[in-house]
Amino acid sequence: MTDQAYNFAYLDEQTKRMIRRAILKGIAVPGYQVPFASREMPMPYGWGTGGVQVTAACLTPEDTLKVIDQGADDTTNAVSIRKFFQRTAGVAVTEATAEASIIQTRHRIPEATLTEGQILVYQVPIPEPLRFLEPRETETRKMHELEEYGLMHVKLYEDIARHGTIATAYAYPVKVEGRYVMDPSPIPKFDNPKLSNSAAIQLFGAGREQRIYALPPYTHVVSLDFDDHPFVPSKAPHDCDLCAASDSYLDEVITDDQGGRMFVCSDTDFCRTRREAGHLGPLGVPMQETV
Amino acid sequence: MYVAVKGGERAIDNAHAWLAEERRGDTTVSELSVAQIREQLALAVNRVMAEGSLYDPDLAALAIKQARGDLIEAIFLIRAYRTTLPRLGASLPVKTEEMAVIRRVSATFKDLPGGQILGPTFDYTHRLLDFKLAAEGEVPAAPTAPASTAPVPHVTEFLNREGMIETEPTGDAQPADLTREPMELPANRALRLQAITRGDEGFILSMAYSTQRGYGRTHAFVGELRIGTVAVEMDIPELGFAVEIGEIELTECETVNQFKGSKTVAPQFTRGYGLVFGQTERKAIAMSLVDRSLRWAELGEDYTGAPAQDEEFVLMHADNVQATGFLEHIKLPHYVDFQSELELVRRLRAEVFATQEAAE
Amino acid sequence: MGMLNLNLTAETDQPLLSVQGLTKRYGARIGCADVSFDLFPGEVLGIVGESGSGKSTLLSCLAGHMPPDQGSVIFQTAQGPRDTVTMAEADRRRMARTDWAFVHQNPRDGLRMGVSAGGNVGERLMAIGARHYGDIRDKAIDWLGRVEIAADRIDDRPRAFSGGMQQRLQIARNLVTGPRLVFMDEPTGGLDVSVQARLLDLLRGLVRDMGLSAIIVTHDLAVVRLLADRLMVMKSGHVVEQGLTDQVLDDPQHAYTQLLVSSVLQV
Repeated sequence: MTDQAYNFAYLDEQTKRMIRRAILKGIAVPGYQVPFASREMPMPYGWGTGGVQVTAACLTPEDTLKVIDQGADDTTNAVSIRKFFQRTAGVAVTEATAEASIIQTRHRIPEATLTEGQILVYQVPIPEPLRFLEPRETETRKMHELEEYGLMHVKLYEDIARHGTIATAYAYPVKVEGRYVMDPSPIPKFDNPKLSNSAAIQLFGAGREQRIYALPPYTHVVSLDFDDHPFVPSKAPHDCDLCAASDSYLDEVITDDQGGRMFVCSDTDFCRTRREAGHLGPLGVPMQETV
Repeated sequence: MYVAVKGGERAIDNAHAWLAEERRGDTTVSELSVAQIREQLALAVNRVMAEGSLYDPDLAALAIKQARGDLIEAIFLIRAYRTTLPRLGASLPVKTEEMAVIRRVSATFKDLPGGQILGPTFDYTHRLLDFKLAAEGEVPAAPTAPASTAPVPHVTEFLNREGMIETEPTGDAQPADLTREPMELPANRALRLQAITRGDEGFILSMAYSTQRGYGRTHAFVGELRIGTVAVEMDIPELGFAVEIGEIELTECETVNQFKGSKTVAPQFTRGYGLVFGQTERKAIAMSLVDRSLRWAELGEDYTGAPAQDEEFVLMHADNVQATGFLEHIKLPHYVDFQSELELVRRLRAEVFATQEAAE
Repeated sequence: MGMLNLNLTAETDQPLLSVQGLTKRYGARIGCADVSFDLFPGEVLGIVGESGSGKSTLLSCLAGHMPPDQGSVIFQTAQGPRDTVTMAEADRRRMARTDWAFVHQNPRDGLRMGVSAGGNVGERLMAIGARHYGDIRDKAIDWLGRVEIAADRIDDRPRAFSGGMQQRLQIARNLVTGPRLVFMDEPTGGLDVSVQARLLDLLRGLVRDMGLSAIIVTHDLAVVRLLADRLMVMKSGHVVEQGLTDQVLDDPQHAYTQLLVSSVLQV
């Protein structure tokens, strides 16, 4: 691939305009899934093609891009997507959340509070929150149109009836500004509160399913629940073993075959920033020593 | 001490280098040229063009080489390339009745104007491994005859003259382009045919097969199957007339299906239609069966719940590039989601054990 | 809810449903032709006829499951009379989950078989905004009791229920939100005779207590004798006779009704 053979950020300008129109429509109707003519990207469907198209449509040469997968900048798919934009758009990249103007993510919302002017782009596999209750697209679109969301609550009711609690741990459905029920992409429900009232623009791209949806800044987003079984974000009941953070989402890392394990921040930039600032967990070492 | 796994970038570069080496294989064996693939693996090239939705044998051959013979991967390469090309316009409908046929068979008539032409088919070969091919011998030239200039009209046209088969409505409306607009359901027939012609051959084959086995039976006969080249013409507004911009090879299949009617509505045969790039007759026949099966509503037939009658099911699952991407994405890391499930299950288990203990 | 409906009945002499010239053809064949009637609040209308008489087609057209070719179905909505045939689908569906209910012959068509009994009853409540798990559950238990299903079956799925229980569950699921009009398609259809009797008893109690307006399609004259105030007899897509149930059954005028009545007798 000769990089000059492709337009800035890979997609041609007409395609980007088409995607921008869908994004604008999505921002105008928060939580509504806007159909768009998703293109075949040079990476497989299901690997972030929706997010990549949204990012491509938003990128300008002045942007600084951060790409994370599972909260980490160094997971292979994050590396691959970051490299794709370095190659096709030549934009600056960063691992620091605060320095990025566009952050493309899969499965996490960064721990650091996002600010005005930032755009968070989510990769979405199945944009339809009702899909596993009703497989037909023609039917689910109608259900959204008519706000027929009883079935969604039936699912939550069944969870409580069977398990005593709502047994959805990720891709936990939300209601946007009291209107559309939305799939927040497969983020852990720990991240759900960060969706609401965020200063950043949040854009969701589903390439294979040809849908874009959005949350404009300061949008009210509520995780579905019952009055007497309120939504509870949850995480492992530990502190980070590296940076001692007690309020970040943790990965469980198996350290040996004797059942040994440790808990570390899934947001690698957050963890590093804390260690640089001198916070140390039981297994952490000061940053300069690990370099 | 724990050190987070780093080096995704180097791992990716190394994996790519290894892949390139594997693609080449044993360097003491001479390298395949794109031209060799184009000429000698032509049916693979045809499938890649059909499902990649791009008629370019050289690029398709290149994609097959790059994909190490993985045809779905090659189709993906072609699609990803195709999507970057500008859409300059639309051709006029191709005139398949004027096709220069190399093969043309009808199962519904013993003989017919234009004749039955067997052409280069596997049909009556005995499927015995031909070890002569392993010896790389030259093939003797096939006998030739002067090409007939007689017209080869469509079989369904004869039936149409008697009013025996439904007449297709004609119109100038430009059909929607599946590659430029999101699929809208319910789809019209033009959109369905687009989706099926670029759909996965195996999937369309199985769907068609299921209708034959009773899951949405349509009683199809192959009215006509023809393979050959047709001219592609485009209206050039500046010129005010259409010019021929090239030739493509196509396979077209028209099925004649069981009639419907009643005491008051005269019975008529109905049709299924298949049109696919290249020599791809299995796909074209399968396509025409699936097309006919999906037409149950407009023909006033019963919906029996058969998969091949379910437009949304067929259209949303026919695309192998979409399917393979989504299928294979589950090997990407999902540990954040898994972690949240892990905690949920631990908590639920703890609650169950606590209840049990309290009970004891 | 019962009180509310009774009040409505008292206040209005407008028909709840007014059907004019309803016609549905299948190609050249007639489904139902030129059917007209009024249904008043609190009234139960029975539609009888043999299979193929067009009664199920008529019910499908009335309930908005199938578009008729001609005619109007005017329903007295909270905003006044509206033709449900020409109404936007969105409005029709909204009505179907609030003002209307539909009891299918086969409970499998009207229940979510993979969802617990409590969830099945709770769905309509949640669809109109109920968000308190405890309240939804209490109401579900109450309704299970009203249809004679033990409260400890609330978390069982309908699959584990007998045919009669499934049908009672479907009725509870439909009536929990106090609909103003209930459509029933052979509600006692696939059940044993003894089970049928119990279900009929139950239905009669509910219809009376809640002051329900209902349209019941059946081929079983015993069902309409017990439940229906008025009766419509259909043959080959046409209404051949209608009137008060007892009148029609005891003194049938049309030859077909006479045949129908004499062939069943001991009602």
